[in-house]
Amino acid sequence: MSLAQWQRELRNWLVSASEESAAKLGATAQAGLPVYQNNYRAQLLGCLEEAFPQVRAWIGAEAFFTAAVTHVDQHPPHAWTLDAYPHGFAATLATLFPDNPEVHELAWIERALDESFVAADAEPLPMEALANVDWEAACLRLTPSLRTCALTSNAEPIWSALSEGLPPPAPERLPEAAGLLVWRRQLLVRLRSVEALEHQALLYLQESGSFSGLCEWLVERLGETAGIARAGSLLASWLGAELIVGVD
Amino acid sequence: MSTSPFSGYGLGLRKEHYQDFLETRVAVDFVEVISENFMVDGGQPRHILRQIRERYPVALHGVSMSVGSADGLDSAYLKRLKALVDEIEPLFVSDHLSWSRIDHFNSHDLLPVPYTDEALDLVCDNIFRAQDVLGRTLLLENPSSYLAFDGASMTEWEFIAAMSRRTGCELLLDVNNLFVSASNHRFDALAFLDGLPTDRVRQIHLAGHSQGRELLIDTHDSPICAEVWALYTLAMTRFGPLATMIERDDRIPPLADLLKELDIARTLGALDGRACSRSGA
Repeated sequence: MSLAQWQRELRNWLVSASEESAAKLGATAQAGLPVYQNNYRAQLLGCLEEAFPQVRAWIGAEAFFTAAVTHVDQHPPHAWTLDAYPHGFAATLATLFPDNPEVHELAWIERALDESFVAADAEPLPMEALANVDWEAACLRLTPSLRTCALTSNAEPIWSALSEGLPPPAPERLPEAAGLLVWRRQLLVRLRSVEALEHQALLYLQESGSFSGLCEWLVERLGETAGIARAGSLLASWLGAELIVGVD
Repeated sequence: MSTSPFSGYGLGLRKEHYQDFLETRVAVDFVEVISENFMVDGGQPRHILRQIRERYPVALHGVSMSVGSADGLDSAYLKRLKALVDEIEPLFVSDHLSWSRIDHFNSHDLLPVPYTDEALDLVCDNIFRAQDVLGRTLLLENPSSYLAFDGASMTEWEFIAAMSRRTGCELLLDVNNLFVSASNHRFDALAFLDGLPTDRVRQIHLAGHSQGRELLIDTHDSPICAEVWALYTLAMTRFGPLATMIERDDRIPPLADLLKELDIARTLGALDGRACSRSGA
């Protein structure tokens, strides 16, 4: 058996734990195979447990373990870093808890906080950099640590209560969709819920960068006066929150 | 005996002890960090590592290079490691004689390499590439192993010696891993030490292990046992003073406990061959 074939057989054993794959690795390997199997699964389960403490607190240790085992069985890891492994767990939770959107939205929050924590550094835009900006042509750059998602549940107050060790509120669907922002100011990660319009406006800016385009986008939705006023208030809020890190 | 400068005694830097290392001058000669924990784009991990680097020499110890992978090395991984190496200017850059990755699957475990000619060729090619990209000599560590290979054509130490001779890589001798593997595979740990090229061993790791159902397991969750201290003494006698560090990754005790263990390493490390000969005469 070539080295590549042998490594594929060991991979097959780790992923499937089947007797057939174990037999292909030879008699002398048998005693140690369960150790590697245990290491592999314990590593991945431990990674999910560490990445989603509030999801675990919300659904309970037993349900979390079942969900994590399902994820490990269905999603062998690919990336060189274990930090990437939690990435797809929210989708697994959405499948397992289709009527409880707060579960996968809680997972999104925890994942976004971890991603933002180690995202690229970026200095906030100093106000003097805005002194001579041509706003017609200006392209604004958002911090690379920004993560956004649309929210349908009260996952954010649930997460806040759980992370402070307080009794969480009962789950409920939001009367209208909202957005959630996670980003980092210097070294501190921030979390803020916003109305759907602000979330969509940020998505627009993330996509195009154009401030005048954003103004037009808001005017289309709110009318000229309200649209321009809203563009100004959003810009002020984003600058204050250090969400904007560059202007081109 | 190693002809490289002696770098002293260090500890693995873990989150639980960040504040100790940043707020006081801890009595270590260097710290060792897990490279992958800091191969991130930015944020607090890199910020802390920069602060640590201002205070202590830092060794980078990796777990994901996968030099034994039949797929070759991951270019994105090497690029990130290179960036970290260039920024930190580490004392050592090390990883394991193991593999983790095949066909876009990554086990995130240090899987053993079969000791065959084919594997030796491949491992050497991968080490050459890594050293080219990083622009420096790598240290490769003997992993703990729990399975043997039907088709092995050489011993682990013959494989390691050939690998080092061919690539110029240096060796990180993990004495605990040696003890665990020797126990699990019933080979003579002293034959292993005798088989290593004395001028290529550059660093030593010490750690604790656990007794599994049938095998010893490298868990890094307990103090160093007497047998490992004994092997360490023999290794230091054989290879000369070598940079020594203690790894603890689970059930992490207060820093003071680890520093006491490090003092034992210092004491045993100071017993050179002549002292041992005199006491044994």
